Amino acid sequence: MNEKDIKNLEEIFEQRIARDEKIEPKDWMPEKYRQTHIRQISQHAHSEIVGMLPEGNWITRAPTLRRKVALLAKVQDEAGHGLYLYSATETLGITREELYEQLHSGKAKYSSIFNYPAITWADMGAIGWLVDGAAIINQVALCTTSFGPYARAMVRICKEESFHQRQGFEILLTLCNGTEVQKAMAQDSLNRWWWPSLMMFGPPDAESTHTEQSMKWKLKRKSNDDLRQQFIDQTIPQAEILGIKVPDPDLKWNEKRKSYDFGEIDWEEFWQVVKGHGPCNKERINARIDAWEKGVWVRDAALAYAEKQSDKKLNKAV
Amino acid sequence: MKNKNLYNYILGIADNSLILGQRLGELCGHGPNLETDIALTNISLDLLGQTRNYYQYIARLHDKEKTEDDIAFLRSEREYINVLLVEQPNTHFGFVMARQFFYDVFHLMLMEKLQESKDETLSAIAKKAIKEVSYHFRFSSDWVKRLGDGTKESHYKMQEAVDELWRFTDEFFHLTEADKAMIEAGIGVDVSNFKEAYYIKVSEILTEATLSIGASKYFQKGGKQGIHSEHMGFILTELQYMQRTYPNMKW
Ligand SMILES: [Fe+2]
Ligand SMILES: [Fe+2]
Repeated sequence: MNEKDIKNLEEIFEQRIARDEKIEPKDWMPEKYRQTHIRQISQHAHSEIVGMLPEGNWITRAPTLRRKVALLAKVQDEAGHGLYLYSATETLGITREELYEQLHSGKAKYSSIFNYPAITWADMGAIGWLVDGAAIINQVALCTTSFGPYARAMVRICKEESFHQRQGFEILLTLCNGTEVQKAMAQDSLNRWWWPSLMMFGPPDAESTHTEQSMKWKLKRKSNDDLRQQFIDQTIPQAEILGIKVPDPDLKWNEKRKSYDFGEIDWEEFWQVVKGHGPCNKERINARIDAWEKGVWVRDAALAYAEKQSDKKLNKAV
Repeated sequence: MKNKNLYNYILGIADNSLILGQRLGELCGHGPNLETDIALTNISLDLLGQTRNYYQYIARLHDKEKTEDDIAFLRSEREYINVLLVEQPNTHFGFVMARQFFYDVFHLMLMEKLQESKDETLSAIAKKAIKEVSYHFRFSSDWVKRLGDGTKESHYKMQEAVDELWRFTDEFFHLTEADKAMIEAGIGVDVSNFKEAYYIKVSEILTEATLSIGASKYFQKGGKQGIHSEHMGFILTELQYMQRTYPNMKW
């Protein structure tokens, strides 16, 4: 293909996206589109499975049987999300092994929020309410993204995430209607998770890279700051229902903007965690590597057994 | 309590599900791949769901007002009467599968018979559980075959697990006083009737998996009397952590 042909293909491709057509794995796509999507979708998949760890930690300690079952089911949903998303990434011509390799080596990123420790039962509430809540805001926009498998995965995932968010809120509501100790536990948890949740929307627009391209490909539909504002405006009334306070002395309703003004985010902390130096970055990656390495013999056995079985079938057929 | 025997009979079945469900819950997020992780979580969810059905039922038999959570979380170690097998640790994936397999074969046979119980609630629980347990059995026996007849390493590891856990299989068939009374009443299942069938089934699958059958003739017991292995205290420490630290609260 000469340069002119490629240019032509690219134009047709961009027009298809502009017309809201879905791009499917077998369609021609620019290499940059493929690479960007591998990066973004796998990063999303990694977030799902690393995200299982902080909550998974509490399964054995959940306070009631009902909560234990609900938490198990929630963490299992996240595994399911990881599975759809890895499958969507694989359609772009990369294997799951390669993707894991990128996660384990630190080449691929995942959502930084999971590098914070879940240290009380209230954190199971705060994670569902805030973290799944922020994830929904990021993901709803992706239900109409240009890459078909990603868009379809998002539709399924968003439904489950809103269930998780309600479940998280309900955990906190129970605590807030409970004893003083429980209410204090809920407040403490909000204090610790509030700012990291705001950071989930990424750096401020002024510092955000490759936004324009992402907008064109519908990987992004609103800016980081807009999404963050939307999250805050939606969450504050919910905190009021709970009767706990967001740890921001500068938070104030702005009548003119019909939005909340809020205080300065500690971007230094954000970059520290992104770069791998958050409270649990090492633990999370080690846990993933550990599970993967301990599973080698199991996966090898499954493969060897499957081969033996198909050999047996072949021999019978002959 | 009027129905002490019924209570204890059901407790014995339910505690097995609780403790095995708890053990499997430890693995969530740490499986050898996502597919097995999801499947093991499913089994844990099924077992805990069954546990709740049993506990909710027997909570009503209590004289004092009790909930499923009082029964699940607020007993002393000596009052849990699960068999020793289900409390054994997740040493490696081979142990997880061997433990599951030994339990599933028994559990499936038990549920098949429990469907015929004169106690309608129990029979209904068994009817619902049987679908789940048949899936557990298929899953674990497939893995026993895969690991037994997979690679040299997996064969070795699976054999190791089978040999170590074999000694806990006999306890399934011990009858407590409550068991005997409930068999008499047509409510409980006389598990000793299918002991032979159990070992035939287990041997069949182990043989297909190219594994040799547990050699030891010495078996362990005690769980049904509340005399547990040293693992149990640690399981309960986690299980009961919240209820013990923050008593009398709603969650
Ligand atoms: Fe998710
Ligand atoms: Fe979620």
